[in-house]
Amino acid sequence: MPPRILTEKCNGCEGLPESRCEEACPGNLMVVDAATGKARCRCTRDCWDCMSCTKACPRAAIETRIPYQLGYHKASLRPIMGKDHITWKCVDIHGVETTYKYRNRLAVAPGAGADKDA
Amino acid sequence: MANRKASRAVDIAPRSLAEVRTETVECDLLIIGGGNAGCFVATEAKRLDPSLRVVIMEKAEIMRSGACSAGMDALNTYIPEGKTPEDLVRWSRAQVGGGPLREDLALSNAKELNEAIDDLERWGLPILRDENGRIRYRGKWDISIHGEQLKPIMAEKAIEAGAEVYNRVVGTGLLMDGGRCVGAMGLGVRDGAFHVFRAKSVVVSTGGAGTLYKSYTADSTDSGAQIWMCPYCVGSGYAMGFRQGAELSSLEQRWVATRTKDFCGPVDTISVGYKAPIINCKDERVMSRYAHLGGDAAPRFIRANAPMEEWLAGRGPCYCDTRDMAPELVRAMMTDYLNERPSFVLFLASRGQDVTKEAIEIYGSDPYIMGGHTMGGFWVDMRRMTTVPGLFAAGETAGGNPNKFVGGCAAEGKLAARGAMAYMAAGLAAPDEAAVSAQVEAEKARVFAPLLRGGDYDGVTPTEMKERLQRLMDEYAGGSSQFYRTNEERLDYALRHIKRLQSQFAYLKAADLHDLMQANETMDRVDVAEAVVHHLKARRETRWAGWQTRSDYPDRDDANFDCFVESRRDPATGEVTTFTRPYEQLVPGDRFKV
Repeated sequence: MPPRILTEKCNGCEGLPESRCEEACPGNLMVVDAATGKARCRCTRDCWDCMSCTKACPRAAIETRIPYQLGYHKASLRPIMGKDHITWKCVDIHGVETTYKYRNRLAVAPGAGADKDA
Repeated sequence: MANRKASRAVDIAPRSLAEVRTETVECDLLIIGGGNAGCFVATEAKRLDPSLRVVIMEKAEIMRSGACSAGMDALNTYIPEGKTPEDLVRWSRAQVGGGPLREDLALSNAKELNEAIDDLERWGLPILRDENGRIRYRGKWDISIHGEQLKPIMAEKAIEAGAEVYNRVVGTGLLMDGGRCVGAMGLGVRDGAFHVFRAKSVVVSTGGAGTLYKSYTADSTDSGAQIWMCPYCVGSGYAMGFRQGAELSSLEQRWVATRTKDFCGPVDTISVGYKAPIINCKDERVMSRYAHLGGDAAPRFIRANAPMEEWLAGRGPCYCDTRDMAPELVRAMMTDYLNERPSFVLFLASRGQDVTKEAIEIYGSDPYIMGGHTMGGFWVDMRRMTTVPGLFAAGETAGGNPNKFVGGCAAEGKLAARGAMAYMAAGLAAPDEAAVSAQVEAEKARVFAPLLRGGDYDGVTPTEMKERLQRLMDEYAGGSSQFYRTNEERLDYALRHIKRLQSQFAYLKAADLHDLMQANETMDRVDVAEAVVHHLKARRETRWAGWQTRSDYPDRDDANFDCFVESRRDPATGEVTTFTRPYEQLVPGDRFKV
C-alpha cells in the first residue's frame, strides 16, 4: 500500500502549478484528485517505494508503507529534509525508534564544476 | 537555461488524431532521458560549446527520475592511486568471466572515469573520506558516498549548463531521414500533446530494461514493482533503436544479482561494504564452495548465482550473516541503505528485524537488461555512435562495456557528447521534409491508437499485456522461477507468443494519458523481449551461469562463442537476424585472473 496519503494534512499543493508529489514521482503515479483536492496514488502496485514523493511533500502528508505481503503492520520511516542534511526517523513494529542524521550535500564554491577548463 | 515544468495531469479524450496537438522543437543535440548519463551528456556538450542548443526529453521530472531517483550509497568504480585504467579493464574483464567485452570502449571509459566522479564531488556530492582526507574505499574499486541527493545534483548541473528539459515527455520513436537519425518523438503524458524534437544528433540514454521478467514478489497485490532496477526504466531506448535497425549487442548477458529477499535491495552494501559472509541454512560459507574461482572475489555472475544454487541443492535459505556486526557498523550500514534504497530500512522495521540477531536473507533478482552493469545494449563505435548514423548511446543503453555503474555512465555521457559534436561538425544535409512529416503522422497514430480506442473498448489493458509478457519471460526465457535456466524449445515457445503479443498491439486500450504511456511502454517491453530471446537462442553454450544459462548447452564453448552475439531487426519487414562479432583482447594479461 505505498504511498499512504494523510488526507487531513494534504491540501493538494493548492496554488502550485503542479503538486510536489506529482512533480517528484518518477513513475507518474501521483495525481491530485479533482473531486477531493487531495493527492492519491493511481496504482500502488506500480510504486517502487523510492520515497521521492515522501521527501518532496511540504506538509509531511505522505507516508511510505511496505506492502503487507512483504512486511508487517506497522512500521514507519519519515524523512525530514534540511538544506544540506537529511534526518530519518524510523519506528519498527515493536515501537523501537531510531534516528539517523547526516550530510547529503557539500558546500559548493560558486561556479564549481562549470567551465573548469575555461 | 530552462527546466520546463509539467502541468497537473489533464483529462483528455480525443475522438480523432486531429484533436491531438503536435508540438515541434528544433535543436542541435537531443538527449532522450535525463538520468545519470544524460545529465553528463548535457553538461559536457554545453561546456564545449555554450551556443549549442541542447534539449533533454525526460519521461519523469529530471530532479527525481530514473534509476538514481532513490539515491545511491556507493560509486562502484574509482581508480585508486597506484592503479591504472588498464587495471580497471582487467578487473572488469575478470568480473565477466574473462569476456568477451569491448576492451576499446572499456579503456576509453576508464580514462575518463575519475574526472567524472571528481565533477560530482565538486558539484556537492558527499564522498566519504577518512580523517586524513583520503577517499575511503569499501572494496578494491568502490567508494562510499552519501548520495541521497545524487540525482538532483546531476540534474541541477545539466540545467545550470543551459540544457532545456522537457519533463513528462515519454520517448516513443526515432525520427529518421533515410538511414540516419534526425530526432525523436514522444508522448506528453501530462499535456496530452505529441512532441516532435528535430535534432542534428541524438543521444539515447534511457537506462536499462527492468520489468521484462516477472519478479517473484509480483504474485501479490501491491507488490508489482518491488524490483531492484527502477521499474520505470522499461527499455524504451533499446526498443526505439531496434525498431529502426540499430544493432543490439550481448543482450543475452542479462544482469541478475543476489539481492535481499522479499525486498529486492542491494547486497554489496552488506557483503562487500561490511564483509558479512554469505551463508546457507546450515551456516556454511557459500562462497568457499567456489574457492577455485576466487571465493568471495569470484566473478559477479558466480556470486549472483551461488545462493540460488544452494536453494536448488536443498540448502536454502541463504543469508548475509550480519549477526556479528558491531552496533556502530549496523548504523553505518543502515545509513548506506537510507542513501540508496531507504525503504529497505523500512522493510527491516516492518519485519521487526534486528540484524545483529537475525541475518539478512538473500535471493536472486529477476533478470534485467542493463548495459551499465552487464553489457546488453547498442553496438557503438568509439564515439558511442550506434550503427544508425546520428544516433548515439550512453550509460545503460550502450552495450559491450560492463561494470560502468554510476561513474562509468557519467564518463560515457561525456564521451557520447564529444562523439555527437564531432559528428555534427562534419556538416549534415537537411532532411527530406515530406518523409519527416509522413513519419510524424504515422508515429502519432501508432502512439495514440490505444487512447482513441478508449477505456471502454473490448480490448487489452497495458497491465494485462505486461503481466502476460512477464510470466512468459520468467517461465520460458530463464527467469528467477526457473533458476535462470532455459533451452531452445522454451525460447522458441517464448518467441511464438511474443509474435502473438505483437499482433495484439491492435487491441491495447487506454482510458487516460497515464494508461497511454503504459500501453506504449508495454509495446516497447515486448519488442525488447523479442531481441532478448533471439540473443539467448543464438548463444548455444553457457558462459555466465545465472546471467545466461542454457540447460541444453551447459558448458562454455570457446571454439564457437568466444565472441559477441548481435541482433538487428529489419525496419521494413520486422524480421530479426542474429550474427556474431569477434572479441579482441587489447589489455594484456591472463583473461581469467584479476
